[in-house]
Amino acid sequence: MAFQEIKNIQIKGIAACVPEHIENNRTSKVFEETIDADKFVETTGIEKRHTVNGEVICTSDLCLKAAETLIASLNWDKSEIDCLVFVTQTPDYILPATSCILQNRLGLSTECFAIDISLGCSGWVYGLSTIGSLLSSGNFKKGLLLVGDTVTVTKSNLDKSTYPLFGDAGTATALEFKEGADGLKIHTATDGKGFESIIIKDGGFRHFFNENSLKVEKQSDGAIRNNLQSYLNGQDVFIFGISKAPKSILGLIEKYNINKEEIDYLLLHQANFMMNDKIRKKVNIEENKVPYSLNEFGNTSSASIPLTLVTRLSNEMKSGNNKIMACGFGVGLSWGSAYFETENLCCPELIIY
Amino acid sequence: MKEQFLNQVKETLEITDREINFEDNFKEYDEWDSLNLLSIIAMIDEEYGVTIDSNTMSKITTIEELYNIIESNK
Repeated sequence: MAFQEIKNIQIKGIAACVPEHIENNRTSKVFEETIDADKFVETTGIEKRHTVNGEVICTSDLCLKAAETLIASLNWDKSEIDCLVFVTQTPDYILPATSCILQNRLGLSTECFAIDISLGCSGWVYGLSTIGSLLSSGNFKKGLLLVGDTVTVTKSNLDKSTYPLFGDAGTATALEFKEGADGLKIHTATDGKGFESIIIKDGGFRHFFNENSLKVEKQSDGAIRNNLQSYLNGQDVFIFGISKAPKSILGLIEKYNINKEEIDYLLLHQANFMMNDKIRKKVNIEENKVPYSLNEFGNTSSASIPLTLVTRLSNEMKSGNNKIMACGFGVGLSWGSAYFETENLCCPELIIY
Repeated sequence: MKEQFLNQVKETLEITDREINFEDNFKEYDEWDSLNLLSIIAMIDEEYGVTIDSNTMSKITTIEELYNIIESNK
């Protein structure tokens, strides 16, 4: 089992940024009838979503705003930031890596380690694990983890199995080397057997962009989309989520003897309410400890955990200590859980792009 | 137990205007859609601790078959 304890680091702050445009699922044209829309909202809990809505706003733009705000709030000297980890599946370009562009746009030192990671819903947990490991030795002192997606760009507005679920967001998490700190306890897992459960078929190097890529067709699952838009097998992903996520959380609790009663908040990747509540019940943690942001922002891919923390818990985070369990699960298939304690976390108000 | 399952399916699909039977092809119900499919999987997972995969789910049609899968996986 892939468990890790990463000591000597501390999460100092978290910020998030979303596009201004709001789409309301109850009035969305993707549903033929109001009753379908109402049922969708009732089951998934997703009422509204912030989306880029055709504007050229990249994940990096959202993350940049979040990072700038966070750096200023923390009073960090930019020249002291030694590493930047950018997690997204909606980068600026096929090449170069967006983290390089962000190093420059943020005005970080050229003596900065910068890397892109391609993961979705599990991305924040994996990002924490990666940047935590980079900082833990003390060679690097300060690091920025920028995580987000503009997934709505990849959804067909004729596909009601994906379109109304997703929103766009970018986040920034600041971490620091701190000798003696408890750091992170992490479980990570991968099952590539399910790689086709959530997939954009064309545009990579397996199926290069071609003359058919933009052809909008009714697909075998009944949804209408082209091959540059993402396919989601809701049933497979649902079963995956309700079986793997609770095991990951409970596995981490058992491995490190974490006292479940002492966990202040369980932050789940914001997939949909029905799925998340199943996971919560299996883990057996009280409802009031499991906040949701999906009602207002939808499923925001890798950004969903930090976005939930910023929009639902900022007051609780700002003063005092909190014990947090976070779990991300999805595209890959990839999943993982992270446990950590925060102390007077810097948590600026949500930024609207 | 068997009767109870029938009621649980009825409740999950929010069928209020009629009785349902084990021989019914539930996929032909007016109420059947992709969200209700997930609700059924979730209900069975919660009530019986059995997670039915999508391949199995695609092959079956009657409530009887659904019930038999739960019985053989318990």
